[in-house]
Amino acid sequence: MRFKHLHELNTICTAESKTIARLMIEEQVQETNTPEADVVRQMSEYYQVMKEAVRKGLTEDTTSRSGLTGGDGKKMAEYIRQGETCSGDASALAMAYALCVSEVNASMGRIVATPTAGSCGIIPGVFISSQERFGWSDEHLVNGLFCAGAIGYVIANNSFISGAEGGCQAEVGSAIGMAAGAMVELRGGTPEQVVHAVGLALKNTLGLICDPVAGLVEIPCIVRNGLGAVTALAAADMALAGVRSAIPSDEVIDVMLEVGSAMPSRHRETAQGGLAQTPTGRKMMEKLAKPKAKRAEPEAESEPESTKNNSKEQA
Amino acid sequence: MRFKDVFSIIGPSMTGPSSSHTAGAARLGRIARQWLGSTPERARLTLYGSFADTYQGHGTDLALIGGLLDYVTDDPRIPDAEEYAEQAGMEVEFFTSGLPAPHPNTVKIELWHGERQCSLVGASIGGGSVSVHTLNDFRVQISGEFPTLVLRHSDKAGVLASVTSTISSSGVNIGYMQVDRKARDGEALTAMEMDGAPSAEMLKRLQSLDHVLDIRVIDLKRGVEPDAV
Repeated sequence: MRFKHLHELNTICTAESKTIARLMIEEQVQETNTPEADVVRQMSEYYQVMKEAVRKGLTEDTTSRSGLTGGDGKKMAEYIRQGETCSGDASALAMAYALCVSEVNASMGRIVATPTAGSCGIIPGVFISSQERFGWSDEHLVNGLFCAGAIGYVIANNSFISGAEGGCQAEVGSAIGMAAGAMVELRGGTPEQVVHAVGLALKNTLGLICDPVAGLVEIPCIVRNGLGAVTALAAADMALAGVRSAIPSDEVIDVMLEVGSAMPSRHRETAQGGLAQTPTGRKMMEKLAKPKAKRAEPEAESEPESTKNNSKEQA
Repeated sequence: MRFKDVFSIIGPSMTGPSSSHTAGAARLGRIARQWLGSTPERARLTLYGSFADTYQGHGTDLALIGGLLDYVTDDPRIPDAEEYAEQAGMEVEFFTSGLPAPHPNTVKIELWHGERQCSLVGASIGGGSVSVHTLNDFRVQISGEFPTLVLRHSDKAGVLASVTSTISSSGVNIGYMQVDRKARDGEALTAMEMDGAPSAEMLKRLQSLDHVLDIRVIDLKRGVEPDAV
């Protein structure tokens, strides 16, 4: 890839008068030696999976295997139909769709990791609700996914995208930054505005811990996806209005790495802290406790081979 | 770069609820199955770190079993993988371990089918991407992102030269290669990530080379295949 940082995305696209989506498609073709038609077809298929997840969340039973969650996306959609919303119908619909997709995920339904499964509701929530509002073609939205992918590629390779590594700021935060930036490009904003949208969005999620109740991708993940979709729309609006991220967006990504690396392990998807260890969170965990698998027997135990050489691997 | 392309960020299409615990686990299971070369008769899986702590709630166990059955990450049968494993005559045992591991989401997979036995240690590194650290206790570093040729061979001078020249004459580029051996003159294993899938012709020529014991192709992009031991 010809870029590793957001400022490079901006420089190359501005110099070559390209959208970020176009650059990402060209780089993907070059990097993987795959015809453009195949690359675009793959992304189009992913977009159809996202739409199907929204439909499923709105119409089918999304009760999770644990029984803790499900049905909130439908509730939001019904609430929008009944009257005026507090956050505006556009925000509320993005939230409803994000909840739907995230609930389908929790119920072991089919979704697309964007960038992860824990954050899979935000991009579909923002994209599909905006497509309905603005009457965009699928092709336009598929381009938006390439733009989001370019942003995620930069975040993932300079910081992290998984809650286990960097907390929820890495997971939901990355998705919000990706959705915000892509939304700017979909609305015709410049690459520079895209980059500012990412920084503005990420600043608002820094420090977010990953504290899933009972270790499941449900509480608070689903709600964070819903609210994340709204944050993405808001950050896109700020950038399109000309608001700039005073701290350059690449530096914000570095801060995410710093904060996530300093986060104690109890706040990184282990369910040993945060909401997971509240009295209610603990009760939920106890209620769901299943008989555990046996501990590996000492005679059969052998340390994974690369432990000694590879202690930094998780960074 | 840890994440190599746009589809390691957007994608995979998968069965929820966790790209690390479910999609990554399914891919590790599928790599292990391809390394064995067939549906295992018996599988023993040892989970480390966060995998050990939360695998049941995430369906990590079901995804691993699904992978062993050659299911791709969004196969709708994954939630019921235990039943399908039973139908396939596959016996699966799970263990957890508190020992330190290379990554918070690590699994050791040991498989048996008839005379053949194999093992793998791998980690799910985020967003459904995986990293395999050992194959049969040989050190490797493979991602499953590319068609990967794994050769078991004797540690003899000239084996690698004849292998690479056979591959080069087939016009395929090697992107990454790692060699490890048990002992001098003992068994060795070479893993090669390639830019393109190896042809049947290339595999036949490699198999006929002196000192080459066994060849497996690991390729998550290829379709699901029938058993062939």
